[in-house]
Amino acid sequence: MEQKNVPQDNSATYQGQKKLVYAVDETGHYTGVQSTGWEVESFATQMAVDDLQQQTDEALLQAQLGEVSPLAYHMLRLRFDIVSLAQTTGFFQWQIKRHLTPKVFNKLSLKKLAVYSDVMKLTVDELRSLPKQNTTPE
Amino acid sequence: MTDIILDIEHQQSSHCETGVISTLLRSKGLNISEPMAFGLASAMNFVYLPIVKLGGLPLVAYRMPPKTIIKTVCKKLKVELFSQKFSDQKKGMQALDDELAKGNLVGLQTSVYWLPYFPEDMRFHFNAHNLVVYGKTAQGNYLISDPVFEHLVECPAEDLQRARFAKGALAAKGLMYVIRNVPESVDLTPHIYSAIKKTAKMMNGIFLPFFGNKGIRHLAKKIKLLKKEKPKYQKLFLGNIVRMQEEIGTGGAGFRFMFASFLDEAAKITGNKQLVEAAKQGTEVGDNWREFAMDAVLFCKKRKELTLDDVATKLTSCADQEQALRETLLTIKPAA
Repeated sequence: MEQKNVPQDNSATYQGQKKLVYAVDETGHYTGVQSTGWEVESFATQMAVDDLQQQTDEALLQAQLGEVSPLAYHMLRLRFDIVSLAQTTGFFQWQIKRHLTPKVFNKLSLKKLAVYSDVMKLTVDELRSLPKQNTTPE
Repeated sequence: MTDIILDIEHQQSSHCETGVISTLLRSKGLNISEPMAFGLASAMNFVYLPIVKLGGLPLVAYRMPPKTIIKTVCKKLKVELFSQKFSDQKKGMQALDDELAKGNLVGLQTSVYWLPYFPEDMRFHFNAHNLVVYGKTAQGNYLISDPVFEHLVECPAEDLQRARFAKGALAAKGLMYVIRNVPESVDLTPHIYSAIKKTAKMMNGIFLPFFGNKGIRHLAKKIKLLKKEKPKYQKLFLGNIVRMQEEIGTGGAGFRFMFASFLDEAAKITGNKQLVEAAKQGTEVGDNWREFAMDAVLFCKKRKELTLDDVATKLTSCADQEQALRETLLTIKPAA
């Protein structure tokens, strides 16, 4: 890639930051060049972020309807999934799957809740609650 | 307590690990650029591991596993690296403060997610980020040179502690490292040749179909098979490859430009004309990877113009080009 072809697409996902990429200058040698973003890359990022957001919104809705526990919503909101939450908490995946149901979650001991609240940086109260304003489904 | 602010020459880098080692070595008077560190560590690779899933998508990587670069560079250049892990978080933070008080820059391995200065969309649970701490304010905030950022940043102690001790895959366990001693002068030439040879050997992959050239071709096959999947999964699958190649700080084209930059610098140091040609070839490889990323995203946007087979064919052409580059690298001999 030539220096003059380094994309400067002001990607929203960079939030004003710049990244360093390596490109060839006029003399034919490599140099570090700052880039404000590449549309191709930010499309891929946005796609992944949107997907996570959609999953989070759905979990919130289900949690409000009492179909899943608030843990399901907080897990996705904080960019965890069952695999990574199992790795960080030390619970088994099957345990976490059970904790995602309201019936089991509501009876969880404080000790178990404390494990979640520790790795998710939430208080036990926050972990048990959902955001107040009801986002209406589209 | 007063502020501790150590001298640091912050230089933005593409990648965290190469950036940190370059910064630490420069602070000790050994001028090793980011691409040079990358090249010397023979860090360029390709990995497609369908068994390991991250957020439901297979692992795709363009380099050797975390920590390889720092370890290899220090070993080769006979740099004395002192590293420590901690089971007790308080002791880990105290040890950091002690090193700062002694006037040492400290490298840390951290999670990305808990660092508040990261842009929201780039925060994810990845535990093998690297940064340099160069001081601490009287209020207890840490002063950080994060290599992938343009400017120096500051981070509250509580957040840094959480980032250092986040659990899970690749957990840092508070890992910190300090460079104690560097040799007075280093002749890079022999290391350059041996590193290139090692890279070339690894580019073929081992007998398993997940690494190097075999890995790229395996992934191309998998892309063709995506036809059977739902459109949404097709998009997320391709998007994941592009993100691993471009988003996560690779210097463009999944470290291929950084590698070409290393060859370019190596040519300057050794005066070997073969390396000049290899660098040009490396650039072509990188350009083709960028075109592959464009095709992949184009497919995600409007699917009529481009088929999955087209995207897979483009990826196969990347594999072909890398094979040719490998042949070139294997012919490189020290200039007499």
